[in-house]
Amino acid sequence: MKAEGFNFMIGNIKELIKAHEGLKREVYLDVENGGIVAKEVLESMLPYFNQRGYGNPTLTHKPGWEAYETIVESAQKIVGFLGCKSIDEINFTPGETEANNLALLGSTLRMRGRKKKIIISEVEPLSVTYAAEMLKEYGFSLTKIPVDSEGFINLQKLEESVDRDTVLVSISTVNHEIGTIQPIKEAVSIVKSKNPEVIFHTDASDAYGKIPFNVKDLNVDLATISSHKILGPRGIGALYVKENVNVERILEGQIGTQRLWPGIENTPLIVGFAKASELTFQEFEANMSRMRRLRDKLIDGICERISEVKLNGPRGEKRAPDNVNISFLKCEGEALTIELSLNGVYVSSGSACTRRILQPSHVLVAIGRKYEEAHGSILMKVTRLHRDEDMDYVLEVIPKAVGRLRGITGSIEAG
Amino acid sequence: MSRAPMPYSQKILELFRNPKNLGRMDDATVSAVAGNPACGDMITFYLKVTEDEVIEKATFESYGCAANIATSSMLTEKVKGMKLEDAWKISWKNLVDEVGGLPTVKFHCGVLAIGALRRAIRAYYKDRQAAPEWLPGELTFEEKQALEEEELAKVLSKRMKTTEDGV
Ligand code: FES
Repeated sequence: MKAEGFNFMIGNIKELIKAHEGLKREVYLDVENGGIVAKEVLESMLPYFNQRGYGNPTLTHKPGWEAYETIVESAQKIVGFLGCKSIDEINFTPGETEANNLALLGSTLRMRGRKKKIIISEVEPLSVTYAAEMLKEYGFSLTKIPVDSEGFINLQKLEESVDRDTVLVSISTVNHEIGTIQPIKEAVSIVKSKNPEVIFHTDASDAYGKIPFNVKDLNVDLATISSHKILGPRGIGALYVKENVNVERILEGQIGTQRLWPGIENTPLIVGFAKASELTFQEFEANMSRMRRLRDKLIDGICERISEVKLNGPRGEKRAPDNVNISFLKCEGEALTIELSLNGVYVSSGSACTRRILQPSHVLVAIGRKYEEAHGSILMKVTRLHRDEDMDYVLEVIPKAVGRLRGITGSIEAG
Repeated sequence: MSRAPMPYSQKILELFRNPKNLGRMDDATVSAVAGNPACGDMITFYLKVTEDEVIEKATFESYGCAANIATSSMLTEKVKGMKLEDAWKISWKNLVDEVGGLPTVKFHCGVLAIGALRRAIRAYYKDRQAAPEWLPGELTFEEKQALEEEELAKVLSKRMKTTEDGV
């Protein structure tokens, strides 16, 4: 089809970009799907591309030793923020997706053949859900723990599900779409008291740098963290693997400083990740409470200005400080993301229309949202760099956009 | 590369921003719906038809994506002044070409628009209990697709309600 040619696409996309000329303000709220890099983070990375530490950290020359020194020192910083023991427990990966795959596949595949059970929740990110589903093909069974209408996992179901056959439990600390902060500490103790052998993994990408998160305190075995969600560069994340917990590589190649991830380390990105962590944890409390305030300003502002909206996920302390996820009834989400973009507000949607498979967000479905509610959902994440003026602008743009699209929906009864 | 960020054409963007013939028509001769609000996508088409079977005016409402809005808008423009027989002959492919092409995943939005139009035309003749010769007895591709999408929506929403628990 001619519509699929790249020239067709690029031509159109250039026009779409051009349609944004002359915007008076731009507010990026799509950190979920790819972050914006903080200025200081970018500056910290630049020397490592061509001035120092650009060598391979396992080789015997100055640029290599510099790289080794840099990687170790960066990892040490992250060790401090995570509350783990040593840098042996940190494995840098190219991101959250890879760390989650490493956690799920690397901790279970050696058990294949012996019947084993894997437990995740119904609201995990796709890199956990799909990896778990793939494990079914290797003979594992998969149980998904349901959640309530605010996205909290059912601890009783979790307790009932863990048995002697269970090898792995994976539950995110903070839900990536609706911001629910799970009772992970409780979940870990429930799981471990039923079967101490079970490996507990948590995707903490939305917790690290956003809420207090300490692997020792939570007693998790594996934890995924990601750089782009804290204004670091994308393409870098890490899997924490507690001492003596058995995880195997899922890729093969030249092993460098990272035992579980072969290939040449990306020193500048590691530096950026460490720098982003530092900046996030500096004045952590102040940053968190400002984000919480901006988050609520957005939520309350939208609920006051627009009728027929529903907040997805909990309110208050149990919601991640950055997460705003709202369903606008009678308004389709993909159209809304485009309309907002044309006005300089960049967000994503859980609408079926935005997805290749034309099914809405599984997270919204799991909390019991109807199709038409998921259809008009918008996800926004505030960052520590946002200011009140940004929220004021968003609150000016959204009601107009929703109003215009509801005008197109007209008298169609939807939800 | 397997996924593109919906490379909508300029035409689609223009129609999305300024849709023509929008809104419910209170004095419509006939109207029809395609799609299912339970899956989201839905179009209503309103036609005002003259004595000699000419579409005097067409309007729409859409609860769908930008492609859905743009193709519906385009179609209402296109059929204005057409005989019902000629309007019937417009295929989803004509429509997709006319909006400057669509990404494959969005074809169904154009199909739905045609589906709604053809349903309205059928309804017109059904009301009058007189089917012209050119009107096929069998459902056309676009009508079947609309039906299929509605069915699929029902199945999906049912499936999504039953939690995938256990093994
Ligand atoms: S209306 Fe849903 S994809 Fe176009």
